[in-house]
Amino acid sequence: MFKLKEVLNRSLLTPFNLVAGIIILMGLVITALRFTGGLAAVTNLSDYNPWGLWIGFDLLCGVALAAGGYVTSAAVYIFGIKKYHSAVRPAILTGFLGYALVVLALSYDVGRPWRLHFPFFVQAGTTSVLFEVGACVLLYLIVLFIEFTPAASEWLGFRRARNLVVRLTMLLTILGVILSTLHQSSLGALFLIAPSKLHPLWYSQYIPVFFFISSILAGLSMVIFEGTLSHRYFAEKMDEAHLREKKDVVFGFGKAASFVLAAYFAIKVFGITMDNNWHYLSTGYGAWFLVELLGFVALPCLLYSIGVRDRSIKVIQWAAAWTVLGIVVNRFNVCLVAFNWHLPSSERYFPSWMEIGLSLFIVTVGVVVFKFIVTYMPVLYEHPDYKTPHP
Amino acid sequence: MDFFTLQDFYTYTKGIAYILIVATLIGMAVFWLYLTDHESDDQE
Repeated sequence: MFKLKEVLNRSLLTPFNLVAGIIILMGLVITALRFTGGLAAVTNLSDYNPWGLWIGFDLLCGVALAAGGYVTSAAVYIFGIKKYHSAVRPAILTGFLGYALVVLALSYDVGRPWRLHFPFFVQAGTTSVLFEVGACVLLYLIVLFIEFTPAASEWLGFRRARNLVVRLTMLLTILGVILSTLHQSSLGALFLIAPSKLHPLWYSQYIPVFFFISSILAGLSMVIFEGTLSHRYFAEKMDEAHLREKKDVVFGFGKAASFVLAAYFAIKVFGITMDNNWHYLSTGYGAWFLVELLGFVALPCLLYSIGVRDRSIKVIQWAAAWTVLGIVVNRFNVCLVAFNWHLPSSERYFPSWMEIGLSLFIVTVGVVVFKFIVTYMPVLYEHPDYKTPHP
Repeated sequence: MDFFTLQDFYTYTKGIAYILIVATLIGMAVFWLYLTDHESDDQE
């Protein structure tokens, strides 16, 4: 349980707390400016560029990188690969925090957060893809919250609530997979409405498929990446099962990520083929597209496969970090770089320092909450009172 | 490559796509074997 005395006795002036404190303070100032002065006071958004960094990074990257929750729970509970069981709770926690922060970031972008329920209960635009994304994100956030409650219940001693949710594990996992499939692809489908604005190399009728497949590899890579950091900074919190299963998780997820990356590479090439966009590859945008395709898809695919074959955890961990970066590059390209590509450079969007600062603030809040939860709740270890086998 | 009709366009793009599909299916199977063949060696 959380012991206030214990916390107060510890020195709070650590380098991490200091840096996080400064960033959070900066974020609070930007928050005040945003909600008193409007979007124009803190962003470079315009009518040409209504979606900026908060959508391109906080939302699109946040949702993709939070996919580890459904990927891991599907592997363990639906496909029955129990040797990855220790990765479920950290992945669910990362997913839950990821989605919660997506909603937080969206509140800044959309504004008037007290009207967040309007699209569902007041003015539901049920024919809009955006409505589907909003509904799925809301429902999936609730599912992730319920999936995470066993850890919180064990920490708080709510045995009955915990046991009830544990019995619902399979149902929640299936719901999570369905909702994720829907909204991960729909985030790509949002761009189907803008064929004249998105560069042809990134625009494709298959963009929902690209987004969905890339979310799977983002989830797999994020579990490895997050596990690497957790083993580095929270190793003392881990029990024997977590330490023992580390290799299984890294090699298993690395193998899957390598295979999915190969499939993703193939369908991206199909995308070029079906629209006959080969001639764009010799342009400047084509060069950048090739950097993304070869540098952030083919290269990590190769790295993963080498790591799996040579049994090298280090290579797989680097491949995972590189893939996570690749997902960010891809979402930036779709939402920012290749969007409005025909506009003169004077009309192009570049985020203001306050937009970047707020994104940094949101990531920092996520890291601080993650640190708090894994420090106090049984996420990286089995609670001693609940050691009996459970799903 | 010049296209005069929509059929020209689809004949060309689908033609390439079908070749790629066959190559991908074979390539993915080979890649899976490449990823997993050391596991059978380990078990032996």
